[in-house]
Amino acid sequence: MLVVTCIKQVPDTTQVKVDPITGTLIREGVPFIINPFDTYALEESLRLKEKYGFHVAVISMGPPNTEVTLRKALSLGADEVILLSDRAFGGADTLATSMVLAEAIKKLGQKEEVAIVICGRQTIDGDTAQVGPGIATRLGYSQLTLVDRIENVDLKAKKIRVRRRLEGRHEIVETTLPAMIAVLREINRPRYPKVPMRLFAQDAPVTLWNNKVMGLREDTIGLKGSATQVRKIFSPQRERGEIIGDGSKNPQVAARLLIDRLKEKNLLSL
Amino acid sequence: MELNQSLIIIVFVTAIALFIWSCYRRFRLVLLGRPENRFKDTGKRIRDVLYYAFGQRCTVSHGYFFGLNHLVLFWSFMILLIANTEFMLHGLFPYVSLSRLPPGVYHALLFLFDVASVLALLAICIAIIRRLAFPPSYIEAQSRDAFIILGLIAFLMVAFFGLHASEIANSGEEARYMPVSNFAASVFFSHIPVDNLSGYINAFWWIHAIVLLSFLNYLPYSKHMHILAAIPNLFFRSLTKVNTQKREDFKKGNTFGVGQIDQFTWKDLFDSYSCTECGRCSDNCPATNTGKLLNPRLVIHDIKVNVLKNGHLIDKKKEAILPLIGGGREGSIADQVLWACTTCGACMEVCPVFIEHVPKIVDMRRNMVEMNARVPDELLALFENFEQRSNPWGIIPAERIKWAAQADVKPFEVGMTEYLFFTGCFGAFDARSRKVTVAISRILNAAGISWGILGKDELCCGDSLRRLGNEFVFDRMVRENIKLFNEKGIKKIITMCPHCYNTLKNDYRQYGMELEVIHHTALVNDLIKAGKLKLNSAKYSGNVIFHDSCYLGRYNEIYEAPREVIASVTGQRPSEMEHCFDRSFCCGAGGGRMWMEESEGKRINVARVEEAMKKEPGMICVCCPYCMTMFEDGLKGMKADNRVLVLDIAEIVANVLI
Repeated sequence: MLVVTCIKQVPDTTQVKVDPITGTLIREGVPFIINPFDTYALEESLRLKEKYGFHVAVISMGPPNTEVTLRKALSLGADEVILLSDRAFGGADTLATSMVLAEAIKKLGQKEEVAIVICGRQTIDGDTAQVGPGIATRLGYSQLTLVDRIENVDLKAKKIRVRRRLEGRHEIVETTLPAMIAVLREINRPRYPKVPMRLFAQDAPVTLWNNKVMGLREDTIGLKGSATQVRKIFSPQRERGEIIGDGSKNPQVAARLLIDRLKEKNLLSL
Repeated sequence: MELNQSLIIIVFVTAIALFIWSCYRRFRLVLLGRPENRFKDTGKRIRDVLYYAFGQRCTVSHGYFFGLNHLVLFWSFMILLIANTEFMLHGLFPYVSLSRLPPGVYHALLFLFDVASVLALLAICIAIIRRLAFPPSYIEAQSRDAFIILGLIAFLMVAFFGLHASEIANSGEEARYMPVSNFAASVFFSHIPVDNLSGYINAFWWIHAIVLLSFLNYLPYSKHMHILAAIPNLFFRSLTKVNTQKREDFKKGNTFGVGQIDQFTWKDLFDSYSCTECGRCSDNCPATNTGKLLNPRLVIHDIKVNVLKNGHLIDKKKEAILPLIGGGREGSIADQVLWACTTCGACMEVCPVFIEHVPKIVDMRRNMVEMNARVPDELLALFENFEQRSNPWGIIPAERIKWAAQADVKPFEVGMTEYLFFTGCFGAFDARSRKVTVAISRILNAAGISWGILGKDELCCGDSLRRLGNEFVFDRMVRENIKLFNEKGIKKIITMCPHCYNTLKNDYRQYGMELEVIHHTALVNDLIKAGKLKLNSAKYSGNVIFHDSCYLGRYNEIYEAPREVIASVTGQRPSEMEHCFDRSFCCGAGGGRMWMEESEGKRINVARVEEAMKKEPGMICVCCPYCMTMFEDGLKGMKADNRVLVLDIAEIVANVLI
C-alpha cells in the first residue's frame, strides 16, 4: 500500500520582492525551500509508514532544480521520489497542476495500490489551497482538508478517521480509502534528517517523469491547460507610519499621546 | 627469620599474577577505542609528567588544602614503592635485599621509609577525618571504596611499623636511623621476651605481605585505579589547549559521534580510568552548581562503568547490554545531561589529570543529532534556520547589513582592504549587539585601520552548530566560508564575538585555513598601547567589574587585554568576582545553550549576576554578545538593570573617543 505525498519547491517568500516596473517576482538570488506546509505532509506520511508499514512515494512538479528538495525527502525517509518536470508543464495554474499530479498518482497506482494522498494545506507562494482538492476530484478520492490529526487507519476495512480543525471546533470525520488529506501545521513536528540518510540521499536515484513518460494532452497541462492566469503582481501601497513622542526619554508622555491618537481614530473603545 | 619459602612463593606469585591479569583484563579494553596519536613530542610529555605528577601541580594549586595532603601521600607512596618492591623481591628471592647496600646508604633509605610511612599514616588519618567530619560535596567521598582503600593503606603502615619495631627489639640494638620504628620498639616490644619476638616478626611480616597484596589486587577494581592510570594519562595529555573538536569524515558507511564506547578514542577511555573522582570538575561546573543533572565527574564515571560493563562483549563482537546514552542507571548518560553542558571548559581547566570532558560530551551530542536525530524541540527550528539562512533566528540575510546605516562602513574589497570585520550573527542582527558593532567600527575608523565587511554575504561561523553536535551542517558552513574567504583573499579577521573568534581561529585550522584572527578586545588594547586612539579617560568613577568569557579566557587565554583596556579608560583595574580568570563562571549561553530552554535548576546567568552583584558594581564589562545578553537578562530579573550598566569593552572605549 502506498502513501503519496505531494510537495512543492517554493521561493523563500519572505525574501521575495516584486519588481515594481515589470510586475513580476524578483527571484534572483532567492533560495528555494520546501513549501513549509508540505514538510508536515511529508512528516505525517513517514509516521504512517512507521505505524502501518506503508511505502512512501513523494512527487513534485517543478523545474529540474526541484531535485534538491526531493533529495531532502529521501534523507528524511521517503522510499521513492518522482520529479515531474517538463517545459510543457510550466506556467500551470492549480487546474493544470492537479491534472499532472493526479495522472502521476494514477501511474504510481499501477505498480502499487494507493491508499492515501497527503498534501500540505496550501503553498506559501500561491496560497490557493486548491491543488489537494483538485487531485482528489480528478481521482475520485474522498477529500479531507484542514486535518490536524489522523485518528486511525483501518487497512482491513479500508477506512481512515481524521480530526479536522475548524473555526472554534473540531470534527472527527471518517471516510473510505483511498483518500486525499490536506494537513495543517499543527498535525506534527517534522523530524530532522539523520546524517547517514543525508549521505545516502546525495546520490540516490530521483525518477524523472517528463511528458514523454506521462503522455498527457498538451492542452490539459501547463499554461495551455490553465484556466486562470496571473495578470499582475504588485505590492500593496501602505501608508507610512508616524513617530509620535519620544518613548525612550519619556515613556509616560508617549503612552498618553498614543492613547489619545488611538481614541481620535476610534480604535479604542474606552 | 623462619619463614616457609615455598608458601611465600605460592602466595606472592598467585597474588602478583592475579594483579597482572586484572590489569590486563581492564586496560586491554582501552584498546577498543579508536586510534589517536598521543606520542608526539615525547620530551615535552616527560617534562610535563615530572612537573604535573611529581610536582603535583594541579592537586596543590588553587587553594585546595587537601591537595597538600595528597602531595604528602603521593611522595610517601613513591618512596614506599621502593620499600615494597624490595619487600616483595626479597620475599621471592631472599638474596635480593637493600641490606646488601653500604650501611650508610641502607640506613638512609630505612630512615626515609620510616618517615614516609609515618607521613602517609598521618595523611590517611587526615583524609579519613575529612571524610567523616567535613565531607566534600560529592557522595562518593564517603563511599565504601574510599574507606576500604584508606583503611588498607593505614593497616599497611601499621604493619610496617610492627614489623620493623619487632625486628629492632629482636636485634637488641637501638636503631636511631628509624626513629618511629625505634620508638615503637621501645614502647610495645621492650617487655616481650626475646624468644617470643620471632613470632611477632613472622606475624607482622605476613600481615604486611597480605595487606600489600590485597591492596594491589583491589586497585584495578576501585576508583583508585587512578594510582595506576593517572601518570600515564598525564603523559598522554593534549599538549595544546582543548578548544576545538575533532573533524568528522562524512563518507557513506561511517558512524558519526559516539553512541557506544568503541567509538571513543582510546585516550577518551583511558581518561575514564584515570579519574580519581576528586570532584574538582563538578565543583567548578556551572551546570552542576545550578542544579542541573549534568555532573562532569559522573559523565566520566559513567563512561568507565560502561566500558567495564560492555567492553568484554564489544570485544567479542557481541551486542552491548548497557546503552552509553539514555540514562536511567549507572553507566548510561541521560540526554538532558549532555544537553546541559555550556562547553565552558571549567572542568578541564581544573582536572588534575587532564581529562578532556567537553570533547566527549560533544561527541555524544553528535551521536544524538547525527545518527539518531534526537534533539530537543527548540533545536529543530534552530538547525533549519542555520541551514537555510545561515543565522540562528532565520532572519533574511539582507538584514545583516542593517547596522551599517548607523556607521561609516565600507565593504571588504579584494586586494584593497586589509582586515575583514566579521560581525557575526549577533553583531549583525541583535539590536543590543549592533551597538557594540557600531562602537567597534568607530574605533577602527578612529585608528585609521583598513577594514571592511562582507555585509549580506557574511555567513554564520558555525560555532553553535559544532558545539551542539551538528557537525554535518557545521562542515558545510566551514567549506562555504572558506570558499568565500579565499575568493576575497581574506587573511586577517577582526571578530566581535569570542565564539566566532575561537571558531575561525581554532576550528577552521583543521581545514587548512590559517587566518590571523583578532578579537576586538586584543585589538583595542593594542591600539591604545600604540597610542593610536585618543581617549578622554577617567570619565568613570564607579565600581567596574569584568566578566571573563569562557571562549576568550579559558579557550584562548586572553585575560589581560580586556582588563588593561578597562584600566586605560577608567584609570583603575576592574574589581574581580570570586570566579575570575581561568576560574571564571560561564554566563550560561555557550555550547549552544543560548538557544535552548533552561528549565532545570537555577538559571546559570542568574547565579553569575548574583555573584557579580556582591561586588556592588556600577558597571559590568563584557566582551561577548552572549555574555551581554545573559547579564542584561539576569539584571532585569533582579530588577537591577536601572542601577547597573552592562557594556562591552568596545563601547566603553568608543564612549570616550575624542
